[in-house]
Amino acid sequence: MATALCTLGLIAVGGLVTSHGVGMSVPDWPTSYGYNMFALPVSMWLTGGVFHEHTHRLWATLVGVLVVALTRWVGGRPARRSLAIIGVGELAGGQLLLLLGPDWKGAGHFLSGIGGVVLLAAVVWVRNAPSQAPLPKLAWTAFWLVQVQGLLGGLRVVLDAQVFAGTRLGVWLGVLHGCLAQAFLVLTALIALLTSRGWTSGDWAACLKPVGGRLFNGLILTTGLIGLQLVLGATMRHQHAGLAIPDFPLAYGRVWPDLSAEAVARYNQQRIETLAANPITGVQVALQMAHRILAVAIVGSVVWCGVRVRAALPQGHALRRLAGLWVGLIAVQFGLGAWTIWSNKAADIASLHVVCGALSLVTGGLLCAISARLRQVAASQPEAAATPLTHGLRPNEAGLMAHR
Amino acid sequence: MTTKTIVVVAAVSLLAFGAVAGDITGKITLKGTPPPEKPIAPLKGDPNCGKLVAEAPMTTFYVVDASGGLADTVVLLKGVEGKSTGASAPAQVIDQKGCLYVPNIVAVQTGQKIIVKNSDPVLHNVHATPTVAGNEEKNLAQMPGGADLELSFAKPEDFLRFKCDVHPWMFSWVTVVDHPYFALSGKDGTFKIANVPPGKYTLVAKHRKAGEASQEIEVTDAGATANLTLELK
Repeated sequence: MATALCTLGLIAVGGLVTSHGVGMSVPDWPTSYGYNMFALPVSMWLTGGVFHEHTHRLWATLVGVLVVALTRWVGGRPARRSLAIIGVGELAGGQLLLLLGPDWKGAGHFLSGIGGVVLLAAVVWVRNAPSQAPLPKLAWTAFWLVQVQGLLGGLRVVLDAQVFAGTRLGVWLGVLHGCLAQAFLVLTALIALLTSRGWTSGDWAACLKPVGGRLFNGLILTTGLIGLQLVLGATMRHQHAGLAIPDFPLAYGRVWPDLSAEAVARYNQQRIETLAANPITGVQVALQMAHRILAVAIVGSVVWCGVRVRAALPQGHALRRLAGLWVGLIAVQFGLGAWTIWSNKAADIASLHVVCGALSLVTGGLLCAISARLRQVAASQPEAAATPLTHGLRPNEAGLMAHR
Repeated sequence: MTTKTIVVVAAVSLLAFGAVAGDITGKITLKGTPPPEKPIAPLKGDPNCGKLVAEAPMTTFYVVDASGGLADTVVLLKGVEGKSTGASAPAQVIDQKGCLYVPNIVAVQTGQKIIVKNSDPVLHNVHATPTVAGNEEKNLAQMPGGADLELSFAKPEDFLRFKCDVHPWMFSWVTVVDHPYFALSGKDGTFKIANVPPGKYTLVAKHRKAGEASQEIEVTDAGATANLTLELK
């Protein structure tokens, strides 16, 4: 749970970095202005966009350490050997980089530091047994993902100026970095759910068959739509072109904006941006329209899921409460999207929009996971599943409630 | 030395040193009402930069005088290439003052030195982001009181963006031209391109927001006059 919460915080700070357009305010990586990341003078840390970017880097380090600890804990004793091999490998790799010359000093120290943390996790003597499947696999996935994510964040800085397919590599890597962060959050939240008391001690057999196939498919589809929406959002944000459409609910005063070259030239003439000074393109305008249309579809889909869950489950059921939270989150998220436009993409509001989107995706992911588990249990115990669900909480539901 | 020799030498000298040349003068006018400028609120809100200004400065996308004269427009001859004298031209200075680039619209020649100063008591990073192949991207930190930075660009490029990522509202736009026949319009929209060899040219006016306009002109020994209008659609 701590890892998931810290990841959410990291996404919030990352959102501020992009909203303020300060991703390159520390132009080197893994060093910061030539300093070891942990030795950057406070006076420099507190300067302009450096504050957001450097905080993001430090916070990411904390998440990395937490994930290593999680892998060790969930993986139990068997994880020690793999962690030791990886730790020694990274430590040795770091030392090799140091031998390459002064240009590699920062990278060498960075890799050695990661290796040291991993090695430390391996030598810590805790005789715990590994958690039940699939938790060790999920933790190892998080272990590798957090390292890939860290590397992507670094490469986004180092390779920013390179061009791929006519677009700066920094934009591509930034989009990938933003999307992977959301997937990583879902993964850590899933691990938190699977390690929770409610999940491990719940009497699943008594939970019957609360989620029908149609609703289950609806939950998956809606969560997928939210994921797609976050990809669209990340693509828009990392273009650093400000608001492609400055008004809402209309778009340049119309239901569907004029996307002709002449119209886009006119839009650019009229834009007075203080931060994101890149001119907008017709593609970016179309992208924001797609984001708006998808938002309406998601609101409808989440409300449909909420109504169906409410009709299928008794009051107080964990899934019902979670679905209610989902509807609330989506309503807030829709409002934050509108507010982002009305505030001319104020950094704080835009970042809150990112965080709320992440929470919406996580809630959808958890709903899918719980529903899948309930369906699995019901399928394996057809007798219990045949028992009609009438009213009140059953023991397993109390367990899920305790978790929540 | 005979009279004939003197005349020949004089004629060759005139051609060689460009004494037979005229100035192009004129005015850039904006047609239409520009959108209102905005205060740069993030600057005033920054703990360090906010102390350097009494109030949030305004954006300066459209600097227009009462007669419609449009400033910060790059006026240049089109089709005159490979004649850069940038290597010997005086350096263009861009300062960072009050957490803004000053000036924020600049025109230089290829190979001409650009000196970037930091007059602020805060850290800036000078991030030049060209989009034309052959012009090198630079992202250089500049501490308060730090040494001046020197940059130059090899290829022509319109409105090459300089930014400060530490203070993301800071921009300067540098147009790089491959010859010395260009000018930047002043506050009243007027401009003067000096010492243009006689001939027929296309004169182009480029404004970062308002777009472009062009006009065919003929320059004689007496020079030429050209007034161009940029229109807001």
